[in-house]
Amino acid sequence: MTAAAPVLALDRIGVEWPGPAPGAPGYVAVEDVSLSVGRGEFVSVVGPTGCGKSTLLNVAAGLLAPSSGSVLVAGERLSGLNRRAGYLFQADALMPWRNARENVEAGLIFAGVEQPQASRRADEWLRRVGLSGFGDRYPHQLSGGMRKRVALAQVLILEPEILLMDEPFAALDVQTRQLMENELLELWSAERRSVVFITHDLEEAIALSDRIVLLSAAPRTRPIGEFPIDLPRPRDVAEIRLTPRFLELHGRIWAALRAEVLKAYAVSQRLG
Amino acid sequence: MRSASGSDKTAAAPRRRTPLFVWRVVMLIAAFAAWYALTSTGVLPAFFFGRPVVVLGRVWDWFSSGKIYPHLGVTLVETVLAFAIGTLMGVAAGLWLGLSPTAASLLDPYIKAANAMPRVILAPIFAVWFGLGIASKVALGITLVFFIVFFNVFQGVREVSPVVLASVRMLGATRRQLLRHVYLPSATSWVFSSLHTSVGMAFVGAVVGEYLGSAAGVGYLILQAEGTFDIDTVFAGILVLTAFALLLDLAVTRAERHLLTWHPRAPADER
Repeated sequence: MTAAAPVLALDRIGVEWPGPAPGAPGYVAVEDVSLSVGRGEFVSVVGPTGCGKSTLLNVAAGLLAPSSGSVLVAGERLSGLNRRAGYLFQADALMPWRNARENVEAGLIFAGVEQPQASRRADEWLRRVGLSGFGDRYPHQLSGGMRKRVALAQVLILEPEILLMDEPFAALDVQTRQLMENELLELWSAERRSVVFITHDLEEAIALSDRIVLLSAAPRTRPIGEFPIDLPRPRDVAEIRLTPRFLELHGRIWAALRAEVLKAYAVSQRLG
Repeated sequence: MRSASGSDKTAAAPRRRTPLFVWRVVMLIAAFAAWYALTSTGVLPAFFFGRPVVVLGRVWDWFSSGKIYPHLGVTLVETVLAFAIGTLMGVAAGLWLGLSPTAASLLDPYIKAANAMPRVILAPIFAVWFGLGIASKVALGITLVFFIVFFNVFQGVREVSPVVLASVRMLGATRRQLLRHVYLPSATSWVFSSLHTSVGMAFVGAVVGEYLGSAAGVGYLILQAEGTFDIDTVFAGILVLTAFALLLDLAVTRAERHLLTWHPRAPADER
């Protein structure tokens, strides 16, 4: 992992939103963030709400150009969209006018794959995420968890080297969420993509990741700590939460995160 | 209610629906009866208000002799053409201006002005430009349909979910694919939400155009009858137009249900 260039590297990224008037000081959302993700590594980025985690992910995806610093994808400087990355959004991102199959096959169609072949592969992926037989349903006819599975299949069918996930399961209920987390781990261990997983839920992060990066509270968000997670794999996200090692890690990371959460809370109180 | 398991409830549903329909028919008959009573007793002068028996006779006469069909056909062709061309132009302009903010802000005052203008007043100009045939009516209908569709598509393009847009871009869509797979379907749903209004407007354009000068169409029949103070025929024409408008609306509802299956709110429930 150390010899080859990391699959994804953020190099001293800064993001500053322009101020209310020309000349006025802007809002520095993210400052001097460096982060590298190795091949097949599952990295979670954890921070208090509103700390600019999504901003960082958008920079990694190439959807947002950083004000300073650069993004390196497999050693090459990124300009424009990150073609090696798939992005799983927090909000519903399925096209409501396409049914599940048409949503999953969309990326293949865009890439010029023939319709019958794309449909076949889409059906295969729907089966892998446990939705065979649901191909003809439209997004509004599916539950929140099913929509997330479709979105996951939609991204994974393109076999991206890097998977960017922005609190993808935040809107799901606890049971569905744990099911989805286990399924994600299963899919991930089969293909070993590199994953950047954004969350504000520390337990979820520990249960899923190889490594956790803690971010400070906004503004001027920067990394304040890195914690390798040495829990054995394969893991079951529900069971692993009860192991002593999990609790120990949780205690250590939470101690570091706590101060930032309180800081973020104080800011929100002042603004509110 | 249809999915209710109790047998008494499923039995109650049709029983409750029948009276509504019956009441509607009763209302219609009552209106005609009142009309008949008021005009035959002389409370309302029949010369100005017509005689319902003669009016219905005239309608019957038109359909049994087949005399009305060419006129209805002309009005229908004008309506369909105005709707189709106006919608196409509206979608094209809406997509273009929705995707190009510079052009949109440049043209903004002119669009507002054109929309605010009572466009029916253009009918005489169109009659001069395009003659008294179908073309001038279609042109008038287009000016009415265009703006409805245009504003809806414009709005639709601007309100495409940014998340869906970002997601589709990440899936590798080119600019043209974005247009075809995101903007166009999104705009289409907005076109359909305005379908009832725009079809109605196309119909208004056709009839008003005919009324202001033509050689065929239901509007022309009404105009002719008015010229000879034949108020019964005028009312007969109005009846036929109303029934026809209802049929058009029904057809739109059918089309909507068929084409918008993906839509979370079934259009039928919306109203």
